[in-house]
Amino acid sequence: MKRAFKDFNFTLGLILTAIVLIPAIIGIFWTPYSTETMDNAMKMAGASLSHPFGCDNFGRDILSRVMAGTGTTLIIGLGTVFIGTLIGTIIGAFTGYYGGLVDDIFMRFNDVMFSFPSLLLALVFVAIMGSGRIQLLIALGIAFIPSYVRIVRAEYVRARNLDYVKSASLAGASDLRIMFVHILPNIVKVLINSILIGFNNAVLAEAGLSFLGIGVQPPVASLGRMLSDAQTYLFNAPGMALAPGLTLIVMVLGISLLGKSKVITDR
Amino acid sequence: MRRFKNLLVSALVLMLTVALCGCGGDKAGDGETITVGIPQDIEDSLDPHLAMAAGTREVLFNIFEGLVKPNSNGDLVPAVASEYTVDDEGKTYTFTLRDGITFHNGEPVTVEDIIASIERCADTGSGDPLVAAFSNIESVTKSDDKHVVITLVTPDTDFISNMTTAILPASNIDNTANEPIGTGPYMYVSRSPQENIILKRYDGYWGEKAYIENVTFKIISNPDTIVMNLEGGAVDMFPRVTTAQAEQLSDNFKIEEGTMNLVQALYLNNAAEPFNDVKVRQALCYAISPKEIMDYAFDGRGTEIGSSMFPSFGKYYMPELNDTYNTDVEKAKALLAEAGYPDGFEFTIKVPSNYTQHVDTAQVLKEEFKAIGVTANIELIEWSSWLSDVYTGRDYEATVIGVDASTLSPRALLGRFVSDAGNNFVNFNSKEYDEAYNAAINSTDDATQTEYYKKCEEILAKEAANVYIQDPAELVAINKKFTGYEFYPLYAQDISKIKPVK
Repeated sequence: MKRAFKDFNFTLGLILTAIVLIPAIIGIFWTPYSTETMDNAMKMAGASLSHPFGCDNFGRDILSRVMAGTGTTLIIGLGTVFIGTLIGTIIGAFTGYYGGLVDDIFMRFNDVMFSFPSLLLALVFVAIMGSGRIQLLIALGIAFIPSYVRIVRAEYVRARNLDYVKSASLAGASDLRIMFVHILPNIVKVLINSILIGFNNAVLAEAGLSFLGIGVQPPVASLGRMLSDAQTYLFNAPGMALAPGLTLIVMVLGISLLGKSKVITDR
Repeated sequence: MRRFKNLLVSALVLMLTVALCGCGGDKAGDGETITVGIPQDIEDSLDPHLAMAAGTREVLFNIFEGLVKPNSNGDLVPAVASEYTVDDEGKTYTFTLRDGITFHNGEPVTVEDIIASIERCADTGSGDPLVAAFSNIESVTKSDDKHVVITLVTPDTDFISNMTTAILPASNIDNTANEPIGTGPYMYVSRSPQENIILKRYDGYWGEKAYIENVTFKIISNPDTIVMNLEGGAVDMFPRVTTAQAEQLSDNFKIEEGTMNLVQALYLNNAAEPFNDVKVRQALCYAISPKEIMDYAFDGRGTEIGSSMFPSFGKYYMPELNDTYNTDVEKAKALLAEAGYPDGFEFTIKVPSNYTQHVDTAQVLKEEFKAIGVTANIELIEWSSWLSDVYTGRDYEATVIGVDASTLSPRALLGRFVSDAGNNFVNFNSKEYDEAYNAAINSTDDATQTEYYKKCEEILAKEAANVYIQDPAELVAINKKFTGYEFYPLYAQDISKIKPVK
């Protein structure tokens, strides 16, 4: 563990992630002010001791909203990655392990999905299913599946001809057992890396979709939504954009550093 | 030596170009282009008889004209007709076709075109006529090549306000949505969906010609980019900016202040639970404060309204109705309890995402409803979905929007609340109202008619058909390169009056 902290990427990544994550977790249970109560007297108030980041155009405390908003954004990020990896791994494992016609069909379909930018794909899903937190989460999750299928399939294609897989097969292990008990643990390293990158992309995609006004519905706070609202007031109340923007930068930077660190990649 | 020659030739060419450019444009505005930002595409129709959205009408205002048209004072002035006479009873209207007036395709306007246009809007073949008031027309006849006579079933002194209905060429009438041809100061050039609508000055216009030659209506559906579009020079003018946006604009822009001429309200689907109960609707009216909404979302600007009528309508506007419901949380709670919702209820407000003001208003409303235990969820939807789901489909619980008047008659605002009106998107249903409205349109005496219209307004307020908020202030941001902007008592943008400063 001591060695881990000598890794610059890991240490810095952990610190940055903690800076964002701890207030976000607190924010789920408690925020200094209500995130929705408006106060006309505090409209676009600047930073002060009672409101460290100032107030937005409805007089709502920005710190509170960032704390709650980071939580929303994180949940969407985690949910997206969960759906994407779960379904992506299953499809990737089957097509990669068995190969043949099924593989061909799935992969061509996957290529088609791939040819759409994931944000556009998510837009289509949101258009069909309506907007809201859950829909956004599912839409982004589905949009992220193709990239995981690609990664996992490549690993399985490589692994299926390796000696340990062959011997397991000779020993009479079932296909399912070989896929998920023998091969899966061996590709975790690659998977974790892509999960971390995927998480970053999901957070940015949520920000992007809410920015376009189709993600999280007001007045629920999310980093993307807050940035979107702040754009109109960029010159009158820069604090409105600064706080969520910085939080987003620190969070994404922290997690990408963690993803790059040797502690995680060399496990 | 050759190099010197080349240089000389280039210099000459350059000088010539400059000189030639200097010659062009003897009239101010020739070759001049103005780009006007609008918040949504014209998705309903380019056909003025079929268009429903206020945002569409304000653009089409420049292309089409009726026999008469409104001016900026709210008076009706002759347009396609050079004059008209009404018999004493208000039953027969005779219009004289203006001499030498032509359509944008160069064809002269004929009496047949007028008859075809009016008959199209009066046609009851597919249910309601396109213009509701035209169901009162008995006949449209040609008396000679210059005159049209319209005879009504029952006398109606207010009928003339409906004659702003666009006159279209009979040969092209059903193709108007694809190829709009009118008689207005500007003619239609092209449209790129979600991008822009391009108009060009019509030099054969009968009246005072427009100054600026080319007009582009650019669609900016993301309100957050309005300021950058203006400052960056992509757009010269944007009607209806917010106060915050206006404050960010530099000295290159002038802010004109008027009123939007909209009935901004939380429109309730009167047919949906729990809004079919008048007590619930009244409770919501008691829960809100228009003043607070103006403070948060409009920087204190705006005019409070208490019914479907705004101040530009002069004698029809009833400021006393603003006090029908003054904010009273206790009373609201009591009404909810009486209606069987002592613990409140939950509902969804659908708001078009391209209108910042309506989205902000919805957020303030949500907070206000919290005080009486009612939970409002906000759902942002695209403008085209709003038109199809909410307005046409009536599949919604509540929505925040501004409703405009298509003509200068109070009918334009009040007619939609008649139980079986085709555009009664709130499903308001009151026998008393229907009777009062019918009495109003059937009365020939102006004073009696006004009384009945006022009664209609009172019923809307008393029945709490909708949670009325305000007629928002309109801030028009316009580049100082241009001048001459005029406000209308209707939802219209008259580009023909705008001229370059120099």
